[in-house]
Amino acid sequence: MIRRLGLALGLAAAPLVANAAGEVTEFTLDNGLHVVVIEDHRSPAITHMMWYRAGAADEVQGRSGIAHFLEHLMFKATDDLESGEFSSTVEANGGSDNAFTSWDYTAYHQRIAADRLGLMMQMEADRMRDLILDEAEVATERLVIIEERAQRTDSSPGALFNEQLSSAIYLNHPYGRPIIGWRHEMEELSLQDARDWYEEHYHPNNAILIVAGDATPDEVRALAEEHYGPIPANPAIEARETRERPSEPPHIAERRVIYEDERVANPYVSINYLAPERNSGDQETAAALTLLAEVLGGSGFTSVLPRELQLEDERSLFTGAYYGGVNLDTTTFALINMPRPDRSLEQAEADILAEIDEFLEEGIDPAQFERIQFQIEAARIFEEDNVAGLARAYGTALTSGLTVADVQAWPDILAATTIDDVMAAAREIFAQEATVTGYLMRPESDATEEAAAEVSQ
Amino acid sequence: MIARLLAPFVTALALALPANAQIEIQEITSPGGIEAWLVQDNSIPFLAIDLWFGGGGSLDDPDARGATYLMTGLLEEGAGDMDASAFAAAVEGLATSFEFDIYRDDLIISATMLTQNRDEAVALLREALINPTFEDVAVERVRGQVLSIIQSDMTDPDTIASSTFNELAYGDHPYGSRLEGTLDSIAALTRDDLVAAHRRALVRDRVAVGVAGDITPEELGPLLDTLLGDLPLSNMDQPGLAPVDLAGGVTVVDFPTPQSSVFFGHTGIARDDPDFFPAFVLNQVLGAGGFRSRLMAEVREARGLTYGISTWLGLSRSAPMMQGGFSSSNALVAEAIAVVQAEWADIAENGITEAELEAAQRYLTGAYPLRFDGNGRIAGILAAMQSDDMPLDYIATRNDNVMAVTVEDVRRVAARLVQPENLHFVVVGQPEGLEASN
Repeated sequence: MIRRLGLALGLAAAPLVANAAGEVTEFTLDNGLHVVVIEDHRSPAITHMMWYRAGAADEVQGRSGIAHFLEHLMFKATDDLESGEFSSTVEANGGSDNAFTSWDYTAYHQRIAADRLGLMMQMEADRMRDLILDEAEVATERLVIIEERAQRTDSSPGALFNEQLSSAIYLNHPYGRPIIGWRHEMEELSLQDARDWYEEHYHPNNAILIVAGDATPDEVRALAEEHYGPIPANPAIEARETRERPSEPPHIAERRVIYEDERVANPYVSINYLAPERNSGDQETAAALTLLAEVLGGSGFTSVLPRELQLEDERSLFTGAYYGGVNLDTTTFALINMPRPDRSLEQAEADILAEIDEFLEEGIDPAQFERIQFQIEAARIFEEDNVAGLARAYGTALTSGLTVADVQAWPDILAATTIDDVMAAAREIFAQEATVTGYLMRPESDATEEAAAEVSQ
Repeated sequence: MIARLLAPFVTALALALPANAQIEIQEITSPGGIEAWLVQDNSIPFLAIDLWFGGGGSLDDPDARGATYLMTGLLEEGAGDMDASAFAAAVEGLATSFEFDIYRDDLIISATMLTQNRDEAVALLREALINPTFEDVAVERVRGQVLSIIQSDMTDPDTIASSTFNELAYGDHPYGSRLEGTLDSIAALTRDDLVAAHRRALVRDRVAVGVAGDITPEELGPLLDTLLGDLPLSNMDQPGLAPVDLAGGVTVVDFPTPQSSVFFGHTGIARDDPDFFPAFVLNQVLGAGGFRSRLMAEVREARGLTYGISTWLGLSRSAPMMQGGFSSSNALVAEAIAVVQAEWADIAENGITEAELEAAQRYLTGAYPLRFDGNGRIAGILAAMQSDDMPLDYIATRNDNVMAVTVEDVRRVAARLVQPENLHFVVVGQPEGLEASN
């Protein structure tokens, strides 16, 4: 089987567990900074991550992309550092650094020798409050994010399709906006927009510090008190309590998204259902949906959809089922079917829905379910080997409304989930009628042959 | 299953002080004569094994291009008395994982297995290596997957750019064509082609073995004999050096996309060349050094012409190269190329500064030890080193070699390595104001 087919859709399967392991300690500084320490003393390295509870879904309407734009600008000057000095200092100490933005969070991270942890904290604390924005740099960096959009989104029919799908799935919630922003709004983002965003969100009581690797909780606490402790909490964030966002009205109409692009090589259909996310103290339904996605599409050979549509009936090139439970607000459950070239997308849609109907009648093979549960058990062992991955899993969870206790309980909740639980969750999800179905395809007129690329020298 | 990616954008990780990595490598020879490098770490009850079979996709019979690629995708699609589903169910039941990857120089198998069921996992992997069945139904299924991937690549500007460059540079050498094959060559492959490709690629005298995790040397020897002992010896040589026939200039491939993909390069330097380390440092300063490299600073940070640009020393066995890549909107790409050309000329003539040298050395020596994090990564590094004939003490001496580089060394090597007049760009898109030339 060729794994790239799945990856080409931009849908990497989520890790099943991504949890526990390592000694995990948490504490909170007086200014509200939440600190999590994950110990791994096998090598003298450290991962230092600062996560802000601020992402693209927290943006003001009309300013899409500002969360990600500020993420870029955070590498510019502060009162103590010249523009670019943050990264060059990390590099000069043998480390690497970067950052990423999602709908629910923005995170900055470095990986470096463990004895440089204090230096990382000193610089990260500096840019939490003392960023200096410059008009010329804002103008140049705006070009960079537009190039980034051109590379990641506009050059990829699949990415453009996903963007259109999301905006159809969410009628009201800002998850319908692209993280990188709509191009016409990105072009208008100003220094003032960046400053407003920074002032509203970049405070210790809106952040989570994760340190993973060769450091003890006592060492981390002492350094965090020294570098982050002096930064005052922002009372406005205290008052905010929860992140209020527009929520979804009842979905009463089925919607269809047809995106045609001549660059599409392998057309596919995507069927999307709204689904509950993991919530603190209430993860059972999400666990059942996680296992449902695994039962339907987790293995390219033994899961229900690949087994039936790729191996048995030989109607599909690729099939998948996706559920992302770590979200602050309502998430989605998605089915994908990429048919063989001799089948239409209408047939592909009918094929996968027929498989779902059959699955709801026939249920889950107990042997398959047992294998999945054993893999979940084994994942607890394998993930101990990847402490940077654990740091990321905790950061994502804690900025999505979960607690350390929720994260640690997750493997046990998965293990306690039964076949009956999964089938009950399946019946509920697939009973939805107001779904969003998308077709990614070539223009009808474009026959099946690619336009031959023309070479000139 | 074939995972593909690769490699242009090589990332390094980090460390600082202890200038040397603290891992202890044991050299093992099994009772049956198979050699391996082992880093034993009993702290987590699992094992990672990397097997690098030299030759990879370049072993293809020219009349059966893509056979090794298709064969690699079939190794987990039925073996011994198991069909694809039964094999997958067995893998899942043990919570083991096998990845089968194919590159131009190596066929790479990466496995992880729990200590508690290691013998069963080894027996299963052995079946995939030694007794793949290449059943008709599986061949047709994976052939369909490969054809769809080739279709997809034909509309991917990055792939078109690198493929066009390779075709121009290497001609009839295996590097000059795509190891995935073409729609026609894949359609024509027979089961005999796959059996022949398997016979050529999976041979016990050309496999580099790296192991890390929960196992003793005494346990590892017999494991290797079980896993690999019944493979045959090689029956053909690996391809020789590729003659690189490429003049400086710009090749434009017209393709309807808002942003042009650019792939550029010229000949490079081999890993065993006495001047390798100065070249390595030079490349770090020019284009490999993340945000602080000259190209990132000039093309992205100062002018906003791209989201990312990098260069690398291509160390493929048959053709050492110095290469790079980036994407720029059609209206900006001509300016971006002019900036790259100017930087190329500057470093060729002037080399690098003391400050740049020092920053690169601090980064490279600090980052190196941080690579050795995790059993899977260590197993891969150990296999790669053997595959490249690097000595066991390379890890211990590597940082000293980096630190020994001087500004004068870099200037001398720059004059030989960096060739502005030979730098060739392939641009895929609809670039504005850019003349194709030779």
